[in-house]
Amino acid sequence: MAEANVAVKTLDKKELLRLYHEMALVRRLEEEAAHLYQQGKIGGFLHLYIGQEAVASGLLSVRRPEDHVLTAYRDHGVAIACGIEVKYVIAELLGKATGVSKGKGGSMHLADVRLNYWGGYAIVGSHLPLAAGIALADKYKGEPGVTICMFGDGATNIGYFHEALNLSMVWDLPVLWLCENNQYGMGTAVERASAVEEIRQKAEGYGMPNSRINGMDVLEVRGAAEEALGYVRENGTPYFLEVVTYRFQGHSIGDPERYRDKEEVDRWREADPIKIFRKHLIDTGAFSVDDLSIEEERVDQEVAEAVEFAEASPDPPPEALYENIYADS
Amino acid sequence: MAEITMREAISQALWEEMERDERVFIMGEEVGLWGGTYAVTRNFYDHFGAERVRDTPIAEGVIVGAANGAAMAGLRPVAELMTINFAFLAMDQIVNGSAKIRAMFGGQFTVPIVIRAVGGGGRQLGATHSQTPDVVFAHFPGMKVIAPGTPYDAKGLLKAAIRTDDPVLFIENATMYQSKGEVPDGDYVEPIGVSKVQREGSDVTIITYSKGLQLSLQAAEELSSEGIEAQIIDLRSLRPLDLGPAIESLKQTNRAVIVEEGWRSYGVGAEVAARLYEEAFDYIDSPLKRVAQVEVPLPYNRELEQMALPQIGDIVKAVREVL
Repeated sequence: MAEANVAVKTLDKKELLRLYHEMALVRRLEEEAAHLYQQGKIGGFLHLYIGQEAVASGLLSVRRPEDHVLTAYRDHGVAIACGIEVKYVIAELLGKATGVSKGKGGSMHLADVRLNYWGGYAIVGSHLPLAAGIALADKYKGEPGVTICMFGDGATNIGYFHEALNLSMVWDLPVLWLCENNQYGMGTAVERASAVEEIRQKAEGYGMPNSRINGMDVLEVRGAAEEALGYVRENGTPYFLEVVTYRFQGHSIGDPERYRDKEEVDRWREADPIKIFRKHLIDTGAFSVDDLSIEEERVDQEVAEAVEFAEASPDPPPEALYENIYADS
Repeated sequence: MAEITMREAISQALWEEMERDERVFIMGEEVGLWGGTYAVTRNFYDHFGAERVRDTPIAEGVIVGAANGAAMAGLRPVAELMTINFAFLAMDQIVNGSAKIRAMFGGQFTVPIVIRAVGGGGRQLGATHSQTPDVVFAHFPGMKVIAPGTPYDAKGLLKAAIRTDDPVLFIENATMYQSKGEVPDGDYVEPIGVSKVQREGSDVTIITYSKGLQLSLQAAEELSSEGIEAQIIDLRSLRPLDLGPAIESLKQTNRAVIVEEGWRSYGVGAEVAARLYEEAFDYIDSPLKRVAQVEVPLPYNRELEQMALPQIGDIVKAVREVL
């Protein structure tokens, strides 16, 4: 990954600041979502991305507009990194008509096809076959996109994972398989659920090139993603990238977290991707503390306005119940 | 008009749709080099090539899943499941994928997939390869479920299935591929979700579909020799379910028998009867009768298997009972 790191060093300040802004925005969004959930304004499940921000932001900072993105149900950060405005995300969390999925999807089912973000999927592993099919459509039509399919470590133990990885090799499909290894499938640690602890080893079984990187450093993720996407683009065949990360919150709101020690969580919090990146930006002289504080205030403002927009938005009308079931409605 | 088999009708529909629209392609187990395990896609591979007639691994989850994805991305996949019994391995992709992706994301996607699956018993294939679980799939809003009973409808409905933007499960019956019927030359499309009178009669209404239609037509001939004329309504599609013609028929006959190959409990007969009691109670003069499969996993032994499957005689008997 040496070459990619050189490329990262040449990142212009504007892009560095954009990355910082985006990660801070996701963090703030998630904190606000937790707050709204506690107020009873968000129903259902709520899976927060706090701790994993560097993965979506690093990865999607190097995707091209023609690249399709899919992920699992922990999808707020991915939605933001795909370019969805935060107000439409929060509106969806509140079930409003203005939400990205018109209030029909909720937290786990954000999508915006105009931004080539093909959705969050809540059945573990079920979107991996979809990704293979979307990549097949590009190949079939002779279009240049790469399909970026993100999933957790837990998804790598299910049949879909193996069927989809195998098919992507047999059919030479342009997919970047990206495993966000946050080390727990709900409350079950990787070593308690997976026969191999390094998930990338599973790609070996399919003869698929792969690597495993640190997901707490946004620039490392970006560099590795650039290289991996380049490989898929050039060869038209899959690549497997395992990104090791950690979620600081429970699996979902209300998780009592009996399965891990506070010490472990605290240790990982030392590696907070936003703190690390902030320090990097200041230490390298790219930005001052004041510069970043201004950015953080902007983020606070943006989220506050988004909440205001979402709360003022209407619920879907009763007739929406019967809409969008079939293609003619 | 030419008389062709069900197999030829289905094959023609696929061939003509692939000629008409480049987005249409086939994927499934043994659809290519083998020519289809029921020979429906024989010669397709040589004519259309490996890109459009795609042999897959034996992996139903990814067959339907990848077809869902390709459909979302603008292609028109026809995913073939060698038998409907294997659809259970793809159940999540059908139920949580095909049927829901449009609604769940507020209408951002369409999923114009066709899943072809072969069902039915009577060929001594044992319990896991002989099922008629059509109603299971018809339970889910968002899906369309078609099961034709004649070559004419098979061709016209398969073309409609490929052309609609909605996900369709197209169910064929393995014992019907050789059955013949009149099919017009050239292109035609039958509407999805419209049932059809397949035989005129004014004494009793038989409501059925797929293999049940064949059995009912033969039962009607036997009844006719006794002077009983049955009107036969072919549902053709289980979702949407059109009971309009059945109710019209009931107004005249006031008596009905519902025939299906699958199990009785929670079956097509149960649904149809419930709706008829709800919507046409005043026209019913005698309790509705259901003819269906005996509720056992189908045994291998030929005699036992036939005992479990609905027979022509069962339909004749049910008709006599409602009259």
